[in-house]
Amino acid sequence: MSAFIGGKNLGLTIVLGVVAVLIALPFIGDNYLVRLATFLCLFSALALGWNFIGGYAGYPSFATAAFYGLGAYVGALLQNAGTPMPLAWLGAGLGCAIFAAALGPTLLRLKGHYFAVGSIAIVEIMRLLASIFADFTGGGMGLNVPILRGGPDFAGMVFLYAMLAVAAAAFLTTLAVDRGRLGFGLRCIQQNEDAANMLGVDVNAYKTAAFVLSAIFCGLAGAIYASWVAYIDPTDVFSILLTLKVPVMVLLGGAGGAYGPLVGVVAFMAMEELIWSNFLELHHGVLGVIIVILVFFLPGGLLKLRWPQILGRFRAGGDAKSEAKAAAE
Amino acid sequence: MSAPLLELTNVSRHFGGVRAVQNVSARIEAGEIVGLIGPNGAGKTTLVNVITGAHRATGGEIHFMGERVTNQKPYQAARRGLSRTFQIVQPFPSMTVRENVAAGALFAGKAISRRAAMDAAEAHLNFVGLGKLVDAPASTLTLPNRKRLELAKSLAMRPRMLLLDEVNAGLNLSEIDEALRLIREIAAQGVTIIIIEHLMKVVLGLSQRILVLHHGELTAEGAPEDILEDERVIEAYLGDRFAKRRQGAQS
Amino acid sequence: MDVQTLLNGLVLGGLYACIAVGFSLVWGVLNIINMLHGSFIILGAYLAFFAHAAFGAHPFLSLPFIAAALFGLGYVIQRGVINRVVSSPVLITLVLTFGLDMILYNAMVLGFSATPRRLALDMGRIDILGATLPLDRIAAMALAVALTAMLFQVLRGSRIGRAIVAVRMDRDAAALMGVRVPQIYAITFGIGACMAGAAGSLMSVVFPFSPAMTGLFLGKAFIVCVIGGLGSVPGALVGGLALGLIESMAGALIGPQEAVLAGFVVMLALLIFKPTGLLGKAGYE
Repeated sequence: MSAFIGGKNLGLTIVLGVVAVLIALPFIGDNYLVRLATFLCLFSALALGWNFIGGYAGYPSFATAAFYGLGAYVGALLQNAGTPMPLAWLGAGLGCAIFAAALGPTLLRLKGHYFAVGSIAIVEIMRLLASIFADFTGGGMGLNVPILRGGPDFAGMVFLYAMLAVAAAAFLTTLAVDRGRLGFGLRCIQQNEDAANMLGVDVNAYKTAAFVLSAIFCGLAGAIYASWVAYIDPTDVFSILLTLKVPVMVLLGGAGGAYGPLVGVVAFMAMEELIWSNFLELHHGVLGVIIVILVFFLPGGLLKLRWPQILGRFRAGGDAKSEAKAAAE
Repeated sequence: MSAPLLELTNVSRHFGGVRAVQNVSARIEAGEIVGLIGPNGAGKTTLVNVITGAHRATGGEIHFMGERVTNQKPYQAARRGLSRTFQIVQPFPSMTVRENVAAGALFAGKAISRRAAMDAAEAHLNFVGLGKLVDAPASTLTLPNRKRLELAKSLAMRPRMLLLDEVNAGLNLSEIDEALRLIREIAAQGVTIIIIEHLMKVVLGLSQRILVLHHGELTAEGAPEDILEDERVIEAYLGDRFAKRRQGAQS
Repeated sequence: MDVQTLLNGLVLGGLYACIAVGFSLVWGVLNIINMLHGSFIILGAYLAFFAHAAFGAHPFLSLPFIAAALFGLGYVIQRGVINRVVSSPVLITLVLTFGLDMILYNAMVLGFSATPRRLALDMGRIDILGATLPLDRIAAMALAVALTAMLFQVLRGSRIGRAIVAVRMDRDAAALMGVRVPQIYAITFGIGACMAGAAGSLMSVVFPFSPAMTGLFLGKAFIVCVIGGLGSVPGALVGGLALGLIESMAGALIGPQEAVLAGFVVMLALLIFKPTGLLGKAGYE
């Protein structure tokens, strides 16, 4: 974070500006834009959620879709049982928190590749469970959720605001964590877990806390998604593609800060929109190419790449050009 | 009789069939400087690991300040005031020097806020002579400076007892003198010290009492001048070849 | 457990061993979780299918050519792309191979369409101890086990095989001994792809396949690898047979989805309680 002193206020200003536009969007934009903005908030919540465990703690988690799907199913089932929609969402968030708190201490004992594979296995197991308990979840046939009354425009607005609220909560939580004890401890764990332990960091509690935070925001986003689309099925919400896409977004922007995940989500979605509209058939392939480029040319994410160049450009004189050039190399 | 600061009762640590530490009993009083010596592979670092919770004890009891702390977690040891340095220093490489030390103050020490921890870190860094490098990334430090950082980190944890594992390894003579001066100052502040050291000159000059570990067992204990006379110690250090020959004959 | 279930499990298990052995080798030696593996298998199956459709080539005869082609593809991908980040954290290498997998997947959808295919040979059936098994399955399984055994021999007996094992045990020491590690990495990755391609062409006569099934086969490779332990051929064989038996038993007793679930649950339990796998070889972090 110390790399962008002076950039923090700029970042916050941009985020607040975007939030203002998103709030105004239902009144000035069409349904397509509102839908796009809802997805933007959805992925922001997921990316910021993943960032607690994947970015700060440095654990390569691919459990995002497990939390997302669990949230979607808990929310949908609660709503079908007659719980008011917002309460169902909160219930889903709580359910995911409990799930992560129960799973974390065991799963987070695994390191590196084993943790990565274990977290993917959780997604697969959840998906299969959702298919198997068909009496309860509708199985492969999926689950219908009551459609929000009041017409598509109203519903669009409600779900955009709900998703925005979750993303904003995730962002504010990230800021608090980043500046507080938890974030510091997690960064210690990310750098050297044994040394952090010796230094007095209760590593298991800290890692589990990061995992739970991750689960809450992914679960809330999943629950709102379920209400929004009014139909979910196991392969849709317990999706391996989703579970891999979210870390890619965060890496694209830069992991382990409050702004990197947001930049990554915006950049990724912009590219995705471009691809969807121009090369529908090459969608997967182009995403693959983007990932390869990301890994080779943006190892620290977009945020780390851009700042030296911008600073170089702001500085007067001939050395600005050479500096920008050096930064580009 | 008041309880000692640290009491080991028949502490053992086996790795499979290897008895790295075997039935070690010892009492360390508050305010002491104790040297822990022994040839390579004698189990010194393993003993420190067991005391600070990095390894589980396979047998025996450990009490710290009268409290049973056998098989505590490393972070619990740190919070109780048992702090250690590593033979191979372990900084957080991409944090600044100040952040490294602040982590010690924040998580094991008494600092309440991150700002307070940062301030405390700066004081400790000035004390060990790293005041000019507070904002450097820890990965850029030279070996002697890393050792200083390690020391500052340990001090930031506000320890009651400091276990120094080969803090002088890899340092030159003037750097060692500097380190000894620091250790004496730390001891003068009331911190109890256990020091593992290869250089006999250093241990003898610093310690009030010496424990000798050989093949995982505590073979001798006493004042530095007595230890020098002790037959078993001489055998352990000088008679390594004899010892080996005798072992070979036995087996 | 009746004979039919047992035999079904063993046949399935032999195929699983062949599916997973390359994946396990790449994980063990390069320390990379190769998300491309499932697509390599499907690619092998398609190549066998089209070789049969276009030239009437029997899949067991086209297999060596397909395996060779996949070896070349794997070698080039590792040498040209993956090798640049081979020692990065798992997050990076996994994401990279996932990206490459998306490219290959997309190419297969465009080239082969998403329609499920099946190479029907119908070689008849055979009765063993009162159980009935299709001969094509037995032949595929036998070939799969033979290929796995061949890989074992190559690793044990050949110069390159010894070098691969040396790199797996201690990369730095192997490098000091004069082993050209990047070359070994590329060959290992090539062998992984080659085994996947061979497994795929065998699978083509047993199961229907489509590009959408890459994840399914990748999942099997994960499970087999964790059950048997990383990077060892006997481990893959044990893991494959174990998974085959688990699935056929759970399938017979409860249901097909529960069978797949059982595999993942066993894998997760082993990961947590015995990450070195059933054979107990030291894990490779």
